[in-house]
Amino acid sequence: MSKLLSIPDALLNRPQNSSMVGTSFMFVCVALVCLYLADISISTYDPWLEIHRMMLGVITPDFFAIDAIGSALVKTVAFALVGVSLGAVSGFFLAQVYHLRTVRLACSLVRSVHELFWALIFLQMLGLTPLTGILAIALPYAGICAKVYSETFEEAEASALQAVPLGSGIVSTFFYARLPEVWVHIVNYTGYRFECGLRSSAVLGFVGLPTLGFYLESAFNEGNYSEVSALLITFYVLIATIRYWLRLKFLGVYLIAAPFLLGGGADIKLGNVMRFLTVDIVPAPLRGSDLLDASNWMKFFSWAQNMLTDQALPGIIATIVLTQIALVGTAFLSLAFFPLISEKFLGKYGRMVGHLFLVIVRSTPEFILAYVFLHLWGPSMLPAIIALSLHNGAIIGHLMGRYSNEIRLRPDHANGVNLYGYEIVPRLYGQFLAFLFYRWEVIMRETAILGILGIATLGFYVDSALADIRLDRAMFLIAITALLNVGIDSLSRHIRQRLRLSRTVQNHSRVSTQADGK
Amino acid sequence: MLFQLNNENLGYKQSTVLHNISLSIAKGERVALVGESGAGKSTLLSALQTRFKDKAALIPQDVGLVRNLSVFHNIYMGRLNAHGAGYNLLNLAWPQKREVDQIKPLVEQLGLADKLFKVAGELSGGQQQRTAVCRALYQGGSAVIGDEPVSAVDSHMASTIMKALNTEFDTVVLALHDVDLALKFSSRIIGIKAGAISFDQPTDELSRQDLDFLYEG
Repeated sequence: MSKLLSIPDALLNRPQNSSMVGTSFMFVCVALVCLYLADISISTYDPWLEIHRMMLGVITPDFFAIDAIGSALVKTVAFALVGVSLGAVSGFFLAQVYHLRTVRLACSLVRSVHELFWALIFLQMLGLTPLTGILAIALPYAGICAKVYSETFEEAEASALQAVPLGSGIVSTFFYARLPEVWVHIVNYTGYRFECGLRSSAVLGFVGLPTLGFYLESAFNEGNYSEVSALLITFYVLIATIRYWLRLKFLGVYLIAAPFLLGGGADIKLGNVMRFLTVDIVPAPLRGSDLLDASNWMKFFSWAQNMLTDQALPGIIATIVLTQIALVGTAFLSLAFFPLISEKFLGKYGRMVGHLFLVIVRSTPEFILAYVFLHLWGPSMLPAIIALSLHNGAIIGHLMGRYSNEIRLRPDHANGVNLYGYEIVPRLYGQFLAFLFYRWEVIMRETAILGILGIATLGFYVDSALADIRLDRAMFLIAITALLNVGIDSLSRHIRQRLRLSRTVQNHSRVSTQADGK
Repeated sequence: MLFQLNNENLGYKQSTVLHNISLSIAKGERVALVGESGAGKSTLLSALQTRFKDKAALIPQDVGLVRNLSVFHNIYMGRLNAHGAGYNLLNLAWPQKREVDQIKPLVEQLGLADKLFKVAGELSGGQQQRTAVCRALYQGGSAVIGDEPVSAVDSHMASTIMKALNTEFDTVVLALHDVDLALKFSSRIIGIKAGAISFDQPTDELSRQDLDFLYEG
């Protein structure tokens, strides 16, 4: 037999996980093509000077800017508390009717729109009021919580139901036989969501709400890096100590106090709300015109076509290009990061440093990381790629590190690189891909929103439309963004099923709640 | 007739386990179902349990406890339908003395007194089984249907449980793997073998040898 013919045989005899390897290889190739298309130039005049000044700020944090820090943190926590609580409670009720198709659809739509986009929408509608920030968090979180809670209820042990006597009533049955089975998991997951909510709340400052991001942006613009580092350090401490101050028994007190800490704002004008809903967001060609007149619809179609080709399409392409690069960047960084906290590779002190590094990187919202790198390198895709890869790489690396600690090895196992390549990574690979595909949609949501910082993804076009006060265009583009997210979500689910990763993903929410909610 | 099945095929979604089953159980009968595991006892019982849920207290094979609630609350669930939702929720958050006083004698009878406010999920299999029995006893009524309610307890406790069930309920239908218990505590024994009822006779007409036949090849 000739050598040429023996090659396919060898390929056929490859182990079963070759489809995982094949899929990974495909994603890397796609990312390389995207990298070729992407603009990753550094345009600042002297990035090193700025890095130097920033590093100086990091080692000289200015905690005496206490007014700003105190106010920023209190407001960040207050918005997160009220927003997440509202979202979780609504999500809880929605979970009870999640079997209805309309509810499922509505939930997937509200959660496919990023908190910052919601904030931008509500800013137009309600003005700069606390309600804007609360709704911006509560709405997408309600959609996410509804989905996760309903899955929790579905998976819960329900054998007690058959022993409940007939005629016990829905309420009693629910509180005795259903809720206790899921309560702990729901509390843990909500705690994890609250941590996410703190990050969301912090980032809302970038669109003008009085949370951390607001103070961070102004400190940055003044070049006051000592205040920046003090703000960030206190934020990390806040997140790292969450389990000590966020207790179920204190929650009532917090929730009573929080509304008073949100601060005032402009009055909500009902007229504005109505105008937004009935006039502003209606596509311009249809606004106040006769809907029965076909020519108006022709104008609308040409409007939509122009929007698609001039803005949506370039935005979509940039968003996908950036997402695919960041996804693969995340993959490589996760593989590089997880040994930092793994008992298999590092000693106690090494792991402590690793933990500190990963906590800092995953506690910093990707938006803030991107903002910092943008300052250093100027507007291109590079800051976004690095920010997204770092943040998500730290999250997945953290989860993988925890999994790697549970692997049992034979006593005479290899060490170092051989251990990494032959024992640990092959065993974690399915899990790793599951995490990665699960994060795919999250990365895309973030990629779109980073456009606000000046990278030409969909958020950039949304932001420009808002700056021109063309709300119809902004809504149109936000809707496109949402559809793109829904599409990626179903593609990711499809790939996970094809690679039979679905089971590991179900476990993922559990592990991540344990890991991050701790 | 209290329970009646007429020429029915019983089983799960895809497969029928028991074919053409006809069975009637009158008020006051104490019926034991015996047979090898896998013969179809549980299929028959779960059919009875779903069909006659309104007429009998149940002890399912998997005990059907809420793992995160206390023994007290699990037992109280037997009478959830006797109170309004408001009172039930109050009792969930704050066990009411009246209910505790009623449930205490039951747990004492079955040796669970010190576990009353322990979480059910942390109990041993036998303790969980006793909790499920207490729930059925607390629920009361005229009949009980139980799938192996004494499989995880020692023989002394098994006798105690059998006596308690026979005292509390008029009609008792239990699957039992312990042939001696069946002979001692039932008035009628139904033998199940290979997906069919192999005999159905008053207990005093049966001997141990008759029952051993069920367990042979």
